[in-house]
Amino acid sequence: MSSRERILARIRAAVAGAPDVEIPRAYRGAGDLPDTGLVDLFARRVGDYRAVVHVVPETGAAERISASLTARGARRIVVPGGFPEPWPSVPGVELMTDGPGLGAAELDTVDGVLTTCAVAVAETGTIVLDAGPGQGRRALTLVPDYHLCVVRADQIVAGVPDAVARLVPDRPLTWISGPSATSDIELNRIEGVHGPRTLEVLVVT
Amino acid sequence: MTRTFLGLPGPRPGAAGEGFPARAARAVRDSQLRFNLRKATRTIRARRAGVVSELPDWAELRRAGKAIKDHTLRNLDAYLLQLEEAVTRAGGHVHWAADAAEANRIVAGLVRATGETEVVKVKSMVTQETGLNEALLAEGITAYETDLAELIVQLGDDRPSHILVPAIHRNRAEIREVFAGRMAGWGRPAPEDLTDDPPALAEAARVHLRERFLATKVAISGANFAVAETGTMVVLESEGNGRMCLTLPETLITVVGIEKLVPTWRDLEVFLQLLPRSSTGERMNPYTSMWTGATEGQEFHLVLLDNGRTGVLADETGRQALRCIRCSACLNVCPVYERVGGHAYGSVYPGPIGAILTPQLHGMESELERSLPYASSLCGACYEVCPVAIDIPAVLVHLRAKTRHPVAERAGMAAAGWVLERSGRLARMQRLGGRLRRLAPERLPGPMGGWSDTRDVPELPAESFRAWWERTDGGRR
Amino acid sequence: MYGLTIFGLTIQEGSVRVALFITCVNDTLFPGTGRAVVTLLRRLGVDVDFPAAQTCCGQMHVNTGYRDEGARLAHHTIAAFSGYDAVVVPSGSCAAMVREQYPRLPGPPGFAAAVAETTPRVHELTEFLVDVLGVTDVGAYFPHRVTYHPTCHSLRGLHLGDRPLRLLRKVRGLELVPLPNEEECCGFGGTFAVKNADVSAAMCADKVRAVLDTGAEVLCAADNSCLTHIGGTLGRQKTGVRVMHLAEILAATEPVTGAAGVARGGRGGAA
Ligand code: SF4
Repeated sequence: MSSRERILARIRAAVAGAPDVEIPRAYRGAGDLPDTGLVDLFARRVGDYRAVVHVVPETGAAERISASLTARGARRIVVPGGFPEPWPSVPGVELMTDGPGLGAAELDTVDGVLTTCAVAVAETGTIVLDAGPGQGRRALTLVPDYHLCVVRADQIVAGVPDAVARLVPDRPLTWISGPSATSDIELNRIEGVHGPRTLEVLVVT
Repeated sequence: MTRTFLGLPGPRPGAAGEGFPARAARAVRDSQLRFNLRKATRTIRARRAGVVSELPDWAELRRAGKAIKDHTLRNLDAYLLQLEEAVTRAGGHVHWAADAAEANRIVAGLVRATGETEVVKVKSMVTQETGLNEALLAEGITAYETDLAELIVQLGDDRPSHILVPAIHRNRAEIREVFAGRMAGWGRPAPEDLTDDPPALAEAARVHLRERFLATKVAISGANFAVAETGTMVVLESEGNGRMCLTLPETLITVVGIEKLVPTWRDLEVFLQLLPRSSTGERMNPYTSMWTGATEGQEFHLVLLDNGRTGVLADETGRQALRCIRCSACLNVCPVYERVGGHAYGSVYPGPIGAILTPQLHGMESELERSLPYASSLCGACYEVCPVAIDIPAVLVHLRAKTRHPVAERAGMAAAGWVLERSGRLARMQRLGGRLRRLAPERLPGPMGGWSDTRDVPELPAESFRAWWERTDGGRR
Repeated sequence: MYGLTIFGLTIQEGSVRVALFITCVNDTLFPGTGRAVVTLLRRLGVDVDFPAAQTCCGQMHVNTGYRDEGARLAHHTIAAFSGYDAVVVPSGSCAAMVREQYPRLPGPPGFAAAVAETTPRVHELTEFLVDVLGVTDVGAYFPHRVTYHPTCHSLRGLHLGDRPLRLLRKVRGLELVPLPNEEECCGFGGTFAVKNADVSAAMCADKVRAVLDTGAEVLCAADNSCLTHIGGTLGRQKTGVRVMHLAEILAATEPVTGAAGVARGGRGGAA
């Protein structure tokens, strides 16, 4: 008998005769949380992770991106394909597209990445990337030390169930809540380990 | 610090001889250890309590989490097959391992097939359980731990003492010592001027591991959840080392215990709330990765591990331990764990969950395994915080009933039972005790001496309550 | 004078039968607690019975791993209290044993039904006072600085909540001081204190420190087992802090000069 067959047989013997269990879903599900004030709540919650947050009107987005990249002192920033055109032009900053030449080692030499997101969660201050337009493959938002993420107000949902309902499971998903951190030293949260040490979130209303 | 340790279930050198009480007694006397643990567990308890109380529907989430897991376990055969099909459809390869040795063999074979001799690892309980790193080493493959705490443990040639934060027993100064002394032996050395400032320590780990991440071609991970319906794997983490391992290498091998399944995609809405708030006390952990099958050109292997789980599943009371999502809230709140740390439990699964899991996965042959169900005052704090409502005290009591008891204790309990079974016998004993009470020793004999070493012994009254009641007609005479 | 409200019915005094389940520890070691319960309940118009067949709930046996022996004691206990409208227990852990563990124990035919029948009528003392009798002011007087330790089984097993505190706050002359980290276990745990004596002592040391930090003269709780443990350490360290069962405080009606709440276990102390 293969291990597969053996394990399945053991399971069947172990649970034979046991009653099945109903799943009570009395918790706040998708659509149950109030969807007002989400931009504010999201901005506050992201801020709690010591990420930098800006809330700007559509018309001010390019200017804000430019100001952030300049303040950061960045020279080379990766922008994944599908990031809304026209790209802002930032003096002294090269905005580069992803491509075959950009291996992990090369990615390690760029100063940051500028992306959009798929969904954001207000209650937890989370952004979710699904490798869709303007988000790129997963390594792009991982190796560089700085991540500037643009979130449209209509992408912000109230709670986790709302986000799960909106996302498509067969895409690679990365849920990001603040900059890379660790609790491994005396169980205190310290920002900045292997992922981007600076997360800047730009909410466009 | 004891080095006797149970990998599960592999060889257990010397473990049989020493039970939890002796290990715990040594740990209690280690004042640095107690200080470190007290500080860390108190910090995390307060944080967890804060973020849990924020959610008005915590009790409902907990009920749902419990039921989802119970339902999964009841139908585990069907869900495993569904998962296998979904992963395969998405281009992944699924392997089944009945025990630790088989899992290690499968993983070693997969690594050898790539021609690589180095792998990076994301913290995973299950590969600690199988002793994978040692097994790989025997095959000439070096596994590099990348989680900060695992790195501290690996560099320090130490043993993990906590599910989530394996180096919780180390404070910042000790961590600095480990980094400064040992990093050079494993790769890039620590900076000359390394301080014990936590951000500096985190930075040292970042620099030490960076090239390794960028260059290593094979990674090994666990997973927090595996969704049967879609074949999706879910890994929650903080540092980004998980993302590095899951994303950059060409080959990814994920080992999961068969109890990690959830039936549907939607079920994640429950666990993505329960787990981060219970474990690190955050609204959400910094990074959660979800992937389905072979992703972005990577080769993906999933190893499904039994290793005693189906045995646990067969025990009606004990099987609830398989609901565990390894959040570690029960450790953090446990007054025993707080005072002795994880090493005293002699297993990769310490604390209250370890006390019910180790003897069940492993059997109760050794002194250590038999003593683990007694490593609790049954205070119930673990049950109260457990996000999937595992009634740990009930399982402990259940396991106690299954252990072999010491002869003297058996005799004492039988005698006490005999006396207590009839009120007349109890009354006679009480009268006898009342007459002899001035003769009672200040230090109790035998195993009871542990009590009177630090506490006064209560004095027997001259008259029991029932004698008073009889004499006075309940105070009316 | 109070009418008794049980299962939502107000019943004329005298027509309901209330039994006292004293518990083996109180019976044998702390008869003063039992006498206090009787005094207190009489003052409130409840005349309790003491079914003489009662012995022990079986908790020590079951929790130590002697399930079958413990189950026999449970059968005995259920039989001893059948026919009563209410059973009052001045011990959180024994009440929790009956309520939580009896339904899981094996037994002869009819045992499960008898457990289901009896369990809802078993009340820990403060539950009986607050929920059944509906009183919080029991007319007590106790002019001392007191702190309350909510024992684990009272807190997390029975969910007594603030019932004991509501009772204590109404005691005239009593100054109630909060116990820091009150929800933490004192380290007793029955045979845990013997099997893991070192860990138990370490836990108790922290509890004792918390008690001393309050500056209280008296530590009270609704469970004498835990009080024996903490009191034994307080006594050994010669702290001068007394331990008293909550019932003894609630029964007190006149200035107490040291006789009522004798230091437990203090060798040579008042008996
Ligand atoms: S037993 Fe419960 S509290 Fe403990 S680690 Fe598992 S899920 Fe968390």
